Amino acid sequence: MYKVRLWSVRRARALEIFYNAFEKMVVALHPVWNFIGYDRIEKPFAVTEKMVKGFLFDCQMCGQCALSSTGMSCPMNCPKSLRNGPCGGVRSNGNCEIKPDMACVWVKAWEGNALMSENKVHVVQFPVNHQLSGRSSWLAVARDKNQPTDKS
Amino acid sequence: MEQRNVHLSPAELLPILPGHSSPGRFERVLRAGKFAVSTELAPPDSADPAQVYERASVFDGYVDAINATDGSGAHCHMSSVAVCGLLTRAGYSPIMQISCRDKNRIAIQGDILGASAMGVANILCLSGDGVESGDHPQAKSVFDLDCMSLLQISKNMRDNSTFESGRKLDKAPAVFLGAAANPFAPPYEFRADRLAKKVAAGAQFVQTQYCYDIDLLKTYMHRVRELGLDKKVFILVGVGPLASAKTAEWIRKNVPGVHIPDAVVKRLAGAENQRAEGIQLCIDIIQQVSEIDGVHGCHIMAYRQEHAVPEIVERSGILSQRNRRQAPTR
Repeated sequence: MYKVRLWSVRRARALEIFYNAFEKMVVALHPVWNFIGYDRIEKPFAVTEKMVKGFLFDCQMCGQCALSSTGMSCPMNCPKSLRNGPCGGVRSNGNCEIKPDMACVWVKAWEGNALMSENKVHVVQFPVNHQLSGRSSWLAVARDKNQPTDKS
Repeated sequence: MEQRNVHLSPAELLPILPGHSSPGRFERVLRAGKFAVSTELAPPDSADPAQVYERASVFDGYVDAINATDGSGAHCHMSSVAVCGLLTRAGYSPIMQISCRDKNRIAIQGDILGASAMGVANILCLSGDGVESGDHPQAKSVFDLDCMSLLQISKNMRDNSTFESGRKLDKAPAVFLGAAANPFAPPYEFRADRLAKKVAAGAQFVQTQYCYDIDLLKTYMHRVRELGLDKKVFILVGVGPLASAKTAEWIRKNVPGVHIPDAVVKRLAGAENQRAEGIQLCIDIIQQVSEIDGVHGCHIMAYRQEHAVPEIVERSGILSQRNRRQAPTR
């Protein structure tokens, strides 16, 4: 929901603290996930993640969450799915050129980032891997941090 | 087997100098520390190559490079790859624009190789306008990449000779990589930092949106210099003649991202010959812009007024003055 999405950006700092703690827990529980089997818990995780993040951020389940680097404003809500900053078409009132009634996702991201402790908005994001679409990014983090894959 | 009578290289390319990325004139002019001038060619709605050459010949002797737009404003025209392929055959130095709106990474990487094979030495990486603003709003918009990841992928092809997939190329495309910047749209404080990201991703030159507000540009350039970006990327400021106060009003209302202050509209409205005043305004802006530290050139976008480009270049004095300017550090 649009209003909740804006609310979340205003609380970017609190959400950052919560998420960092949550991530630590999910990563620490890796032996549990591994015991049950990552493939078996993929679906319940993805459904839960979609509900929670869908409500808070209008999450589109790209499967490679960038919220920590985008001021808690989901870049997949940008009509051009820009993951690295605002396009040149932002209206003078800060709204989107394509959806004139929506605040530019990146204007919001800039505001949210200013509230957060880490200044990760400056990190260049890689091209989206569309194979991950619909999958849980929480589990992906737990798996990657425990079994670092070669991502060169 | 009998050798067919074909020219293997469709373009006359220069040797690549040490420290340069491309065999093109545009990079040479910039790296020599000269104030560069680029312009834009509106691709025809036609399958006739003569129309491309007609439109390009207007600029003969007045510009260092010609941008070939890629479906600008989400309108359908002759493709930028084809326009560039035609231009290199005739010895022009095109900048091929690539928009992420219409093609995925498979098509784009193929275009980069093809363009380079046809002698294209400069590529401008853009996100692109949304399909909603064009003549085919019913089309599917792609946006598989954004301008930043497009820069990364192009740089990777050139420097590491690989596709994004990791598969090796036999010959890497020797291209000078560019991007766009808009210092005149919110969030203003983010704009210079966004340029820093583009430089980190691989941008070697940038062309800005139309500049009609020198103060806003100066603020932006101040931040650019603070970040040391003027030493890492060549900055060409976008300029263009406004045909009348009415045109300016129309652009303000209908083209998101172009910022025209009231004073500019007033100046045009008060003039006896508005078209001539628009040209004079453009010349004034070029002269002011060329005085700003860290600006390396201008990009003249004279849509439907292409014939005014030689006059603008001539009267602004930028070409005659440029040999006297000091070379930047790189």
